[in-house]
Amino acid sequence: MRDGPRIAAGLALFLGLALAPVWQRAASGRAAPAEPVVARPATRCVASRDVMRASHMRLLDAWRDKVVRTGRRAAEDADGRPLAASLTGTCLGCHDNKKEFCDRCHEQLVVKPVCWSCHPEKAEKS
Amino acid sequence: MIESERPERRLFLKLAGLGALGLSARRILGGAAGGDARRWAMVVDPSRCRWDDGCNGCIRACHAAHNVPSVPDPRHEVKWVWKEKFADVFADQEAPHVAESLARHPILTLCNHCDDPPCARVCPTKATFRRDDGIVAMDPHRCIGCRYCVAACPYGSRSFNWVDPKPYLARLDPGFPARTKGVVEKCTFCVERVDEGRPPVCVEGCPEKALLFGDLNDPRSPVREVLRARYALRRRPGLGTRPAVYYLV
Repeated sequence: MRDGPRIAAGLALFLGLALAPVWQRAASGRAAPAEPVVARPATRCVASRDVMRASHMRLLDAWRDKVVRTGRRAAEDADGRPLAASLTGTCLGCHDNKKEFCDRCHEQLVVKPVCWSCHPEKAEKS
Repeated sequence: MIESERPERRLFLKLAGLGALGLSARRILGGAAGGDARRWAMVVDPSRCRWDDGCNGCIRACHAAHNVPSVPDPRHEVKWVWKEKFADVFADQEAPHVAESLARHPILTLCNHCDDPPCARVCPTKATFRRDDGIVAMDPHRCIGCRYCVAACPYGSRSFNWVDPKPYLARLDPGFPARTKGVVEKCTFCVERVDEGRPPVCVEGCPEKALLFGDLNDPRSPVREVLRARYALRRRPGLGTRPAVYYLV
């Protein structure tokens, strides 16, 4: 075991580099989660804030399947009033600031939703 | 013993008869409820359509409303509605004199929204599917770009996006999604408008009123009225696809 110290040093260096993300994060503290900017005070909500934060992607998928596969284009808001199940027509009608509202969190979490490769970022004229 | 079994048997037979009656009644009632099912169809009157003086009202209206790109390279062309010669559209039909009289007019071609659509049958992801109202719809979210439907459609009604279509749009209509490279597209009979009770954009965009749209299951609809009065052709009837686009001759 003449090379013992060298092996130990090499291992320590390797572990230090391999675990860089872990100790870097431990040193810098927890990053603040990105806050979406709401463009204007809400008049009516599709669902509560917590529900939307946690599962807006599932809601959008459900709307998409319902509209495209069955042609049923009506949804309900949090108070049970009718609403068009439409990303550009309904969501972007109020949240017309995609950069601050959508992209900010998606970028931090490195999520790349493919919605925008076809759906226009601008709201439908109503 | 035998005497005591009789009433039970009679009761059983009575109940079985009632049950059968109930089942048939349900079928009759269900048939009545299903009677309001729609079957959307289009009637094209080629004699009202013009070749020469640049009338493309239907095509322009459709392609603008649905963000259909104008790709200059013909190999990458994307089209929902377009014009063809009579002899090319009805190449299989023995109608030389009809062809003569109609040769002066273009035949507007689009997806036929078949009763038995080959494109939907071959689609491995059911991205193309037939709705209950007869519209052969596209779900681009599911399209994997295999182009089986392009090969299966006997009418050439499907276009594949070989390139990103967005640079070839004169103007992006925010009211309708665009497409990406790698998905197939076609005429959708304007499902988004039909679901709201409005006719397709091509019907509204035609200045000559050469296009009619309506419900084949409604005997008083404009399409049924005109089909009663005039003879109409469908494309390649021998294939058994049963198109919902009729051409008046």
